[in-house]
Amino acid sequence: MEVVNKEAGWSTKEMAQKVGMDIFDGAYVNLGIGIPEMVADFIPEGREVIYHTENGLLGMGNAPEEGKGDPELINAGKKYVTAIKGASYFHHSDSFTMIRGGHIDICVLGALQVSEEGDLANWSTGEPDAIPAVGGAMDLVAGVKTIFVITQHCTKNGESKIVKQCTYPLTGKSVVTRIYTNLAIIDVSDKKLFVREFAPGITFEYLQKHTEASLINKM
Amino acid sequence: MINKIVKSAAEAVSEIFDGATLMISGFGEAGSPIELIHALIDHGAKDLTIVSNNTGSGYVGLAALIENRQVKKMICSFPKSANSKVFPELYQRGEIELELVPQGTLAERIRAGGAGIPAFYTPTSVNTLLAEGKERNIFNGIECVLEYAIRADFSLIKCRYADRFGNLVYNKTARNFGPIMCTAAKTTIVQAKRIVALGEIDPECVVTPGIFVQRIVEITNPEDESRLVAENRRYPWK
Repeated sequence: MEVVNKEAGWSTKEMAQKVGMDIFDGAYVNLGIGIPEMVADFIPEGREVIYHTENGLLGMGNAPEEGKGDPELINAGKKYVTAIKGASYFHHSDSFTMIRGGHIDICVLGALQVSEEGDLANWSTGEPDAIPAVGGAMDLVAGVKTIFVITQHCTKNGESKIVKQCTYPLTGKSVVTRIYTNLAIIDVSDKKLFVREFAPGITFEYLQKHTEASLINKM
Repeated sequence: MINKIVKSAAEAVSEIFDGATLMISGFGEAGSPIELIHALIDHGAKDLTIVSNNTGSGYVGLAALIENRQVKKMICSFPKSANSKVFPELYQRGEIELELVPQGTLAERIRAGGAGIPAFYTPTSVNTLLAEGKERNIFNGIECVLEYAIRADFSLIKCRYADRFGNLVYNKTARNFGPIMCTAAKTTIVQAKRIVALGEIDPECVVTPGIFVQRIVEITNPEDESRLVAENRRYPWK
């Protein structure tokens, strides 16, 4: 498969902005480690969004100033954070009650692969010498109503990350709601993939050519 | 008179026996009872099964306990992090066992252990490698796996304030697994940054009621794990 032109489509910031537009006022949101964390910078003005971090904080604020970090106030990625006014701390059982009990509205995660049916693989490459580590990923996809995935459309080697069947170990089956890539925004519905928005200059033909899974043009 | 306060970390961990199952609080360094762990290294109990979210950083705290070959098995959700060196090496050489558990399932197994619930069903991990070999059932059309409670012989916990009854208050996100681990062990051992007089903790604000705690030791200035790791320190201190 021909490697996607690096300049094609949206930048990572623009992808995060697209996700931000889809987070509603008053939402309780859990952001995965890495690129998903950028989404917090792109919530449209006037919307109040509460961030949950599974290590026990609802109302997570920005990173503190350099040198002002508190080792006992961190996020799930173990980075220093702050707490907003109105925040609360709680233990892990309460935290995962929020997740597993369906109380968190939206979770934004990265992906190794997403399948045609909305299966997600994002915790392990399955390599025999890798140290397996899952954290809260399987709880999040099982318990949160809306799962947004933000990812590059293809790997660095040009392989599609939107696939017919995941080859990496699954995090959850039929769990993804919407996929935001540098090339398009794709909805998962009835175990099919519907393109709802193309990045500038991207055609359906170009997108399908760089996608292993079958796409349906909803535009 | 009830007085759960002991004089030293060494005394607090002195009853821990070979082959014991221990829960250790903490999410990374936040809430990790580093002085109790170091006292356990000095004490030397071995063949331990440790329930903790991670496996420690650098060569101090939990990582040092593992490096000292006192741990037979880890039950955790995320055994690797940026600074974890000891566990990955032993695991790749097949010299330590790992039971990998999704973080929420780990929390619930501990909670269930403390609450006298022997097992429960959850949809978390269905259709993944971590559900292999587990009993399945369908409830309201949702497929679930059966998970068993975990109980421990001892829990090692870090908190901010304690009184002699064992009432505890934690600090920010260092609370994490502490309250549930207190409930799930026969003997819960706590290091508190400050021990206060009875009544100083508002009963409305007690996070762990004293009934779940057996021993408390005051550690006024606990070591900062990330600083020790940055300085490449090792326990036992050289």
